[in-house]
Amino acid sequence: MKVVADRDICIGAGMCVMTTDAVFDQDDEGIVVVLTEQIPADDEMRVRNAVGLCPSGALSIARQ
Amino acid sequence: MLTPEFTIRRMKRLESRIVEIVDQQLDAMEQAGSPADLVASFALPIPSLVICELLGVPYDDREDFQRRSSRQLNFRIPTTERFAEQRASREYMMTLVQRARRKPSEDMLGMLVREHGTEVSDYELVGIGGLLLLAGHETTSNMLSLGTIALLQHPDQLAAVRDDPDAVGPAIEELLRYLSVVQNAIPRITTSEVEVGGVVIPAGHLVILSLPAGNHDPHFIHAPDAFDISRGAPGHLAFGHGVHHCLGAPLARMEMRIAFPALLRRFPHLALDEELTDVPFRELNLIYGAESLKVRW
Repeated sequence: MKVVADRDICIGAGMCVMTTDAVFDQDDEGIVVVLTEQIPADDEMRVRNAVGLCPSGALSIARQ
Repeated sequence: MLTPEFTIRRMKRLESRIVEIVDQQLDAMEQAGSPADLVASFALPIPSLVICELLGVPYDDREDFQRRSSRQLNFRIPTTERFAEQRASREYMMTLVQRARRKPSEDMLGMLVREHGTEVSDYELVGIGGLLLLAGHETTSNMLSLGTIALLQHPDQLAAVRDDPDAVGPAIEELLRYLSVVQNAIPRITTSEVEVGGVVIPAGHLVILSLPAGNHDPHFIHAPDAFDISRGAPGHLAFGHGVHHCLGAPLARMEMRIAFPALLRRFPHLALDEELTDVPFRELNLIYGAESLKVRW
């Protein structure tokens, strides 16, 4: 599984960082940074949760 | 402009100061002795002190701005009086903005003046400052008092919040969903025809959304009227959704994550000191809450 973040859409709410800070971070402007695009199997549920929780719809899951 | 001030990382830097503020309030409660009004001694001062420090508002002025905030949101008060409170709030905030212009300090008003100079006008700063001040204490304060009631009504879940650090985060999300203190989202206008729940809303219509109704929608969540901290934080609308999602959400969460367990640990025998039916709950207010809450320990 791979997660993609659209940094132009991101509003910096930080929901993804709160859900799993192993995969997501925020830069100095608060905008999402994906730390690892290839998601370890253990984190898949949390990443799916983060995608659903993102208020701006900036996150999506890319099937490979 | 403000988003960088509210990142998860920035909030974590505030953590130790919030812990201090919470401990000071608990010390004062303990010294004054049981019973106490939880709103006046705990639920209101904690978020009020935090937002005052963050923003650069003198806490000594709290009596005035707390009164103005709560009156502005109270729909029982005639519109003309609510507008007068709003004007007074803006005049007050203008004095703080002008002071920050003359001598910008380390707080948020000072930062905005230093980093954005004249690209942000005094009136914009008044708007920003006023909204953050009001939103910063009215919301979390009511979550703390109503959340305490909800936990006291569910002793098993209260024990989990008190004793299990891993239970706290999901419990806060469930409290946010279950209590939904903010009643309406920011009004929206449809830009095109849209169908929501089988209802067609034409383009160009004003839409007011009820956040509690969304958070208690049985299509969204099973047994929505049950308080259950084991849901695993499946999401909710308490902070709104979309680009206007609450800026202060990380701050509110951090305040609650610190305050609830600290309160329950300090007073393991905490109980309501009045019948639930006697609690003066707000009516016709943008933010649901209790005017006071008598507790004993």
